[in-house]
Amino acid sequence: MKEADVQQEPSYLGAPYGLASWLLTKDHKRIAILYLISITIFFAIGGSFAAMIRAELVTPQGDFLTADLYNKVFTLHGVVMIFFFLIPSIPATLGNFFMPIMIGAKDLAFPRINLLSWYIYVVGATLTLAAVIMGGVDTGWTFYTPYSSISSTTNVTTAALGVFITGFSSILTGFNFIVTVHRMRAPGMTWFRMPLFVWANYATSLVMILGTPVIAITVLLIAAERALHLGVFDPRIGGDPVLFQHLFWFYSHPAVYIMILPGMGVISELVANVSRKQIFGYSFVAFSSLAIAIIGFLVWGHHMFVTGQSIYAGLVFSIITMLVAVPSAVKTFNWTATMYKGAVVWDSPLFWVLGFMGLFLIGGLTGLFLGAMGLDIHLHDTYFVVAHFHYIMVGGGVMAFLGGLHFYWPKMTGRMYSEPLAKVASMLVFFGFNLTFFPQFIVGYMGMPRRYHSYPAEFQVFNVLSTAGATVLGAGYLMILLYLVYSIVKGPKAPMNPWGATGLEWKIQSPPITHNFHETPVVTEEAYDYLHAPAPTREVTHHE
Amino acid sequence: MSSGHHVPTIGMCVRVWLALLVLTGFTIFIASQDLGVLNTPVALLVAITKATLVIVFFMGVKWNTPLTKTVAVSGFVWLLILFFMGMNDYLTRGWLGVAGR
Amino acid sequence: MSNSTSPVSVAKPHPKLQSHFFSMDQQLEASTLGMWVFLVTEVMFFGGLFMAYIVYRHMYPHAWVEASAELNWKLGGLNTGVLICSSITMALAVRAAMIGNRTQQLINIALTSILGATFLVVKFFEYKAKFEHHLVPGPHFDPSLEQGMQIFFSLYFVMTGIHALHMVIGLGIMAYIFIQAWKGTYNAEYFAPVEVSGLYWHFVDIVWIFLFPLLYLLGAHGA
Repeated sequence: MKEADVQQEPSYLGAPYGLASWLLTKDHKRIAILYLISITIFFAIGGSFAAMIRAELVTPQGDFLTADLYNKVFTLHGVVMIFFFLIPSIPATLGNFFMPIMIGAKDLAFPRINLLSWYIYVVGATLTLAAVIMGGVDTGWTFYTPYSSISSTTNVTTAALGVFITGFSSILTGFNFIVTVHRMRAPGMTWFRMPLFVWANYATSLVMILGTPVIAITVLLIAAERALHLGVFDPRIGGDPVLFQHLFWFYSHPAVYIMILPGMGVISELVANVSRKQIFGYSFVAFSSLAIAIIGFLVWGHHMFVTGQSIYAGLVFSIITMLVAVPSAVKTFNWTATMYKGAVVWDSPLFWVLGFMGLFLIGGLTGLFLGAMGLDIHLHDTYFVVAHFHYIMVGGGVMAFLGGLHFYWPKMTGRMYSEPLAKVASMLVFFGFNLTFFPQFIVGYMGMPRRYHSYPAEFQVFNVLSTAGATVLGAGYLMILLYLVYSIVKGPKAPMNPWGATGLEWKIQSPPITHNFHETPVVTEEAYDYLHAPAPTREVTHHE
Repeated sequence: MSSGHHVPTIGMCVRVWLALLVLTGFTIFIASQDLGVLNTPVALLVAITKATLVIVFFMGVKWNTPLTKTVAVSGFVWLLILFFMGMNDYLTRGWLGVAGR
Repeated sequence: MSNSTSPVSVAKPHPKLQSHFFSMDQQLEASTLGMWVFLVTEVMFFGGLFMAYIVYRHMYPHAWVEASAELNWKLGGLNTGVLICSSITMALAVRAAMIGNRTQQLINIALTSILGATFLVVKFFEYKAKFEHHLVPGPHFDPSLEQGMQIFFSLYFVMTGIHALHMVIGLGIMAYIFIQAWKGTYNAEYFAPVEVSGLYWHFVDIVWIFLFPLLYLLGAHGA
């Protein structure tokens, strides 16, 4: 490349133009944008199902949706949100975009497979949407046998195949990330100089490649049982439906860590930036990601305490479940210690960091209630469980995703959004979320079961509060969508490093060029070297 | 790691091939004998030996990086987690009663 | 470790070097590691089925032996031999690519494909016999058989069916690398596609090495 060309080289967004150049792109950044658009659509679809659920639950009578329709709506809310939004959310968008840049690579190791993973996602998503249009699915997102394999008359086979196919997009992303981290790091980018976001995505990828194949084969067995009579879980021929749950949760419990680990990675980046400090206990935070990924595979039976699983096995699973709290607490304490005596700046990323830490803490601690076998028998299948996992997945996962999206938006789009609006939106989401889900802890503890469209009148006040909160939450999300889209059109141009952050991604232009770097960077400094970080600037300097 | 990638010799390939055929014959023969509870462990031992031969020699793990060796082993180790924790349920059902039942 | 490759730009990069890699070495290492990681997912994919196998064998030990005796261990053993032979031809094909011998590549890839196809033909006749003997699960399954035998045959068909599907995919890969080898694409500097195809092929062989004794040989000592 000639020196004179350097300044004129267009960003990845504009080189080249045209729809075909996007749909056939091998650029990890463009694929990240394709994923971002797709998951936003699915977030909206899943959100509409949530709105229908909350509308139904305003009154104790089942008057808005019939029981059958309600079953379909909560199933589709779960399937869409988990498989088509949360699992790809951070890894396939922010991870895809920034992981190669953070380690100084020009792209992921297998760019074509990266594009293939998006197409597989689209095919799986289309199949699942087809199941919705053909009349929906009513098994719950867990597809429990024997209901799913024998009894249900809805489109289980189509939806299961959709989930099966989408699983491969997740596998391919994980596999690409692992090879990239091992083989594509720039000179000087040692393992312990990698940003914690990369560590978190690496740990997530391990879960993806080790867990996802198991659920793929499991839902395939359901499809085979329904379509080809190859019964494996059918009790009429001597099958054990609980085996399905073992195989299902072997993936689906670690899948929770697919949703939360990348979020923890984002928060590690953000917390160092808003504190303007080296992260406290870097290697502990890094290894705790791996520890969560590994221990996460040993605890799946805590979803099955009341299924007829052996009580002894339940005890073992219950005790190991408590161990997951250790690496999670290591992270939380280290983030807090990072902020302690840090020069905390009141930028919008701080709001998401604090929101995440508060909500994740509540979600994590209530998880200990549910992991204790005796208490779980009381709380199992109540709204307590619903509140708990929403605190983790939405309070943790979505807050971190939105925080990361706000933090990296200037780099991804080259535009700044309105800081005051972002702060208002983050508060709306935080308060709306708590108003939605905190009452569910109480009503669940009082005994309200999940998955029913009607309930005793004494629970109404909590459900009205919850629906009111969901309205605020929805308004918050809508607001974010509006000002972010507006910023693309009318937002001021973003400088190279608006937050004064460290890391290779902030040393290249916003938005980056197709090959990320003009020349391969040579890394000489530790991660989060905030002593030598530039000051934040929202202005574009003349030479950029 | 360098460009001097290991090229397997034909003699090595033939020896591994013969060993695999002999082991296949052995596993068929041993299955026709009644060893009581030992039939399955012996069959599995032979299968594991055969798989190891293929992985180490035909798939070239012997001459590969420590990372590849780790990856090659990790899948099987992870599978053991599924087997052990899963069978931990099936083998212990009925060990402990349920309170109130 | 992997940073041994330096970013020093080479005067003339190899035509098969993709632009995001520094060197052919890095590209080769990425492909091999990628295939190994992919094979880990394959192990877990088949692993779910083996888990089901263990659970039901534990539940129905007698039905398992009875059902296994219905399988033709001679055909299963023949197919095991066929796959082992295809593994050595595959290994020799990779070797031929590494030393850049086009003729040996073509011969060995062709032999591997023929052996793979033989396996599928034998498998087809085995499946056909199962249909004729009412051993296919579902409404036509012989109702006089012991509880648990139907599950054995469900697992038999899913496990061997998915294995056969992998063989079919493998034959597709063989066809591709045969055409590429015909064009003389592979040589001592660029042989990654042959090597990773070989890894895949050997893995499919390994799955069968486990399936054979676990499915076919349980009933052999009784019969």
